[in-house]
Amino acid sequence: MPDGSSGQFVRIAGLKRYFDVSAPWLVRMLERRPRQIVQAVDGIDIEIAKGETFSLVGESGCGKSTVARLVVGLYPPTAGRIEFDGNDMAGRRSGADMAALRRRMQMIFQDPYASLNPRWRVFDIIAEPIRAFGLSSDKADLEKRVGDLLRQVRLTPADGRKFPHEFSGGQRQRISIARALASQPEFLVCDEPTSALDVSVQAQILNLMVDLQRRFGLTYLFISHNLAVVYHISTRVGVMYLGRLVEVAPTETLFTRPKHPYTRMLLDTIPDLDMTGRQRSPVAGEVPSPINPPSGCTFHPRCPFAQDRCRAERPVPIAIEGGTVACHAIEEGRLPVEERTYVANS
Amino acid sequence: MATGAAFSGWLHRAADSDIWWSFKSSPMTIAAATATFLIVAVAFLSPVLAPHTPFDPATLNLSDGLKPPVLLSADGDWRFPLGTDDQGRDILSSIMYGTRLSLLVGLASVVVAMALGIVLGLLSGYLGGTVDAVIMRVADVQLTFPAILVALLIDGVVRGLISVKRHDEIAVFVIVGAIGLSFWVQYARTVRGSVMVEKNKEYVQAARVIGLSPLLIMVRHVLPNVTGPVLVIATINLGLAIITEATLSFLGVGLPSTQPSLGTLIRLGNEVLQSGDWWITVFPGATLAALVLAVNLLGDWLRDALNPKLR
Repeated sequence: MPDGSSGQFVRIAGLKRYFDVSAPWLVRMLERRPRQIVQAVDGIDIEIAKGETFSLVGESGCGKSTVARLVVGLYPPTAGRIEFDGNDMAGRRSGADMAALRRRMQMIFQDPYASLNPRWRVFDIIAEPIRAFGLSSDKADLEKRVGDLLRQVRLTPADGRKFPHEFSGGQRQRISIARALASQPEFLVCDEPTSALDVSVQAQILNLMVDLQRRFGLTYLFISHNLAVVYHISTRVGVMYLGRLVEVAPTETLFTRPKHPYTRMLLDTIPDLDMTGRQRSPVAGEVPSPINPPSGCTFHPRCPFAQDRCRAERPVPIAIEGGTVACHAIEEGRLPVEERTYVANS
Repeated sequence: MATGAAFSGWLHRAADSDIWWSFKSSPMTIAAATATFLIVAVAFLSPVLAPHTPFDPATLNLSDGLKPPVLLSADGDWRFPLGTDDQGRDILSSIMYGTRLSLLVGLASVVVAMALGIVLGLLSGYLGGTVDAVIMRVADVQLTFPAILVALLIDGVVRGLISVKRHDEIAVFVIVGAIGLSFWVQYARTVRGSVMVEKNKEYVQAARVIGLSPLLIMVRHVLPNVTGPVLVIATINLGLAIITEATLSFLGVGLPSTQPSLGTLIRLGNEVLQSGDWWITVFPGATLAALVLAVNLLGDWLRDALNPKLR
């Protein structure tokens, strides 16, 4: 094992990313305004084992997508480490070594209408990673590879001659998946890959992703705000709130024995057939601004169980039932774990 | 074989396209395109088509001077259908050669402005930060002056630096550079705007995940998606560039009388206009007006045809 680290495939430790959203310098000086820093991701630790699907859920603006972009290197982290198969991604290495690492991780994007270059033919879009990493020696081989990829996502090789605008949203997302698979990666970061699609097409894409995972032994980091989708696809789930992970647990445990008050609140909002007609509790309040996050536990303004300690001290994750929870109430034992039934309505 | 098939395939797609349909359904555009094509063809074939070589002193005869146009006066001479100037040069031939020069200067300065604007706009939009701030402040300052003033300034500086004789030799390059430098701002701002929109789109991020260099991403992904608006500006600016060159030449700071453009011809004619020899200035003027009008109509059409919101 290189670097002598743990056996996890992907390891994220103390990851932080702050964005400077201050007004321009001159405006700031004239109006005497301070710098404004968004703490999009504020210290998270995730370990993902080979072949599993780790999901990140949370409300809009909690930093899920920023984590995805940090992992694939679209943003440099402000602090913390990202290790991929034992290699520190921030380590200095030659261009060829970096390319070798990049080849093994790819990303599927949220918006299938923006993620394909409108002026390129589908063939060239899918062939781009193969060409960029020099994986194909000649034209015939390239054509065969792209044809195979198109078939794997249930399109035909003839579709390669078309332009992206000739396809529906679901088909475009499958083209996007084919491009992500083109470099034969082992790890795929999926940033809400189904949230822009019709419900009927969502299931189709998810089944395809599960199918491809089995066939190629892929590891997924799956970002979503749709709990039903997350339940369907994940091995383990991490719940994010304001740039921090509040709870990580195996899927079944998280949905049947949620611990963190925020997780319980999220689960209460899932619509299902058994509870038709019942008054359900909406998620109370709004996510506070990540520019001035609340002190202590960032969830305390919305938490029904908050006490003085929650307002003062940031909770550290504690191990519990195969997962971790960052909550003073759970740690002190004043909030009992409640059993729930979760029936996926699929 | 393969290229032939590819070409016919391209032809079929072009015939199906929205742009061709919008072209066909606008008589004004067809007229403008025909006029532009005719003027350009005649101008570039002037060495073959022109009845005289007006700027070869050996072929000139002073006794042919100031002949009026044939159809309008009994004094006309069929060798000079649009009359002659005071030196005995054929106006029709002068216009043909002059149009060619005006078009060349116009096209070349559009290319210079476009190249400069695209490069600076790409850098500004993609890199952002200080580079963007510097380029855009320069652009803002330049926008506060009329383009003609900037061109005059550049031309004046070059004249101050080199001798008159040398200047006459490189006058064409000086004027192309002067007009090009005074029109780059529009391209840069348009390209910058488009790049800032495109660079945050997920297809550019997908290319970054693969690890393509910023230069490759700009050339392969971003640039093709900003060509539409740039093409429209180029077409509209072609008319402007021709007019600017004509204005500079009319003011006497453009092309010398030895290689007259349409603007120079208008200036030369203007000197004798008060004595009633109107044809020397009116015919080049009418040609200039027709050319610029036709090119501008084409530019307007292209702008509308490429705007999806107007389809």
